[in-house]
Amino acid sequence: MKAVWKEKTIKLMLFSMASTSILIVIGIFVFVGKEAGQFAIEPGLKELLGSRWIPVSFQKESFGLLPLITGSLLVTALATSLTIPFGVGAAVYISELARPTEREILKPFIEILAGIPSVVIGFFGLVVLVPLIKAGFKLSTGLTALAGAVLLALMAIPTVVSISEDAIRSVPASYKAASLALGASKIQTIWKVTVPAALPGIIAAIMLGIGRVIGETMAVMMVTGNAAVITASPFESVRTMTATIAAEMGEVAFGSIHYRALFCVGIVLLLATFVLNIIAQKVLKKYRMG
Amino acid sequence: MNQKAKTYTGQTIFSTVTAFTALILICGCSRQDNVDGEQRFITIKGSDTMVHLVSNWAEDFMRRNPDIEVSVTGGGSGTGIAALLNGTTNICAASRKIKKKELDLALQKSIHANEIAVARDGIAVVLHPDNPVTELTLEQLSGIFTGRSLRWRDLGGNDEEIEVLSRESSSGTYVFFQEMVLKKQDYKQDAKLLPATSAIIQSVSTDKSSIGYVGLGYALAAKDKVKILAVKTDDKSPAVMPSDDTVKSGRYPIARPLYFYLNGEPKGTVKTFIDFCLSTEGQAVVTDTGYVAVR
Repeated sequence: MKAVWKEKTIKLMLFSMASTSILIVIGIFVFVGKEAGQFAIEPGLKELLGSRWIPVSFQKESFGLLPLITGSLLVTALATSLTIPFGVGAAVYISELARPTEREILKPFIEILAGIPSVVIGFFGLVVLVPLIKAGFKLSTGLTALAGAVLLALMAIPTVVSISEDAIRSVPASYKAASLALGASKIQTIWKVTVPAALPGIIAAIMLGIGRVIGETMAVMMVTGNAAVITASPFESVRTMTATIAAEMGEVAFGSIHYRALFCVGIVLLLATFVLNIIAQKVLKKYRMG
Repeated sequence: MNQKAKTYTGQTIFSTVTAFTALILICGCSRQDNVDGEQRFITIKGSDTMVHLVSNWAEDFMRRNPDIEVSVTGGGSGTGIAALLNGTTNICAASRKIKKKELDLALQKSIHANEIAVARDGIAVVLHPDNPVTELTLEQLSGIFTGRSLRWRDLGGNDEEIEVLSRESSSGTYVFFQEMVLKKQDYKQDAKLLPATSAIIQSVSTDKSSIGYVGLGYALAAKDKVKILAVKTDDKSPAVMPSDDTVKSGRYPIARPLYFYLNGEPKGTVKTFIDFCLSTEGQAVVTDTGYVAVR
């Protein structure tokens, strides 16, 4: 009898630990939603549709989210287009072509890249990358969306490499053997057989990489110039949603309209990463089944 | 119904009296704690710009006088002055002069608002060292930062687009510059907002066409990386370089004194604290925090 109780208690304890994260996610949604909801009452959600973000002004404050959303989208799209070729290329090389010694050197270095704090990457960007971009593209300043995208790609590549590598490696050897036996070369086998077979895993890896890119703050804040303008040019300055929250939350008056507007930015960001994660999970599941 | 209301009033009076008695008792007790009759606890409230400076003072002061506690809170100069008038703070830190309306209110409450300038805040405008422009008027600066002037050529510089750098909107310097130089207009929409003074110095030192503003202390420390601009109040007045002297004398226009306000002459522990702030060590803290000393 006693042993049964003991087992039940332990089971309950473990269950509560496992469900804590669910509670936290729900708690965050409720809390952020509550603050943002007050913005919907006063001054109303219409304010968020504007194209100007001027939170501190002696004239008239504006809380239009459009420049922030387009800023985040531009930086994320650019970073993704840089991440995919580098990330997938590196994964293919490490899993299929690299000699064991090469792999022993490459893998730890890519993992170290994943562990560098984003402020350090941001500082590197400000001092090294920004002047390079300015000189390379003959711009008046290097504080551009492109600079932010390159740094974000640096941070997303390790995630993409390690997950895609797992996916590529778990392609059954019989597929490759069959392709080689039919007379295909090694490179043909990689591009026509191995990579397509691992595609769902690679797509999931890219999705998780994008998730990291959207949520990243510090490095972007240091190099994108943070001007809240709507633009599609990689050579213009942009202000991302994350940088806006990080820069303004510290000094904003508690309970003010500006404070609530920042929570609205948070909700948009939260929904974006939430949707991306769900898609990534779905794709990953499909790939595990196959 | 009437009866009920009466009881309610009775209860309210009763509880109020109880609360007051308790309050008096508590106050009495804490007074008795001070054996030598000296105050052990100082509160300073006011300007958000000054919070950093005042906390540094308070820390240094408490290290020297471990038996005295100094509590520092922000909230803005207006909040601080209101607290002084209500008697809820010993010292009010203010980055502006007390207004006529507030002085009248103080007189009504028979509070004599005593003003002591404790430091000065000066903002330097910085350019790339290769930029040929050396002086601008406040009007021209306002034009640059609000987006009316777009090219350096119109201001006597090269034929380049002006790259405007600003601090983030959460910074006290952002608001001060907006008030003093932009005359309360909005910054231009594509001004780049950088998260730290060091980022502005870094960018200005590499971008030839950029202009930014930083606290004077930081600008002087980075003198070999950036060019500090001389500022003219208007067309006729002479161009003034920001320095400790010109900020102190008030000749450099983008500067303001930072004040302490208190009720009457300082005495006791409050006097000790203010004397410390104005001492050589206290004024060294001012310079370290990035402001200009007054003594």
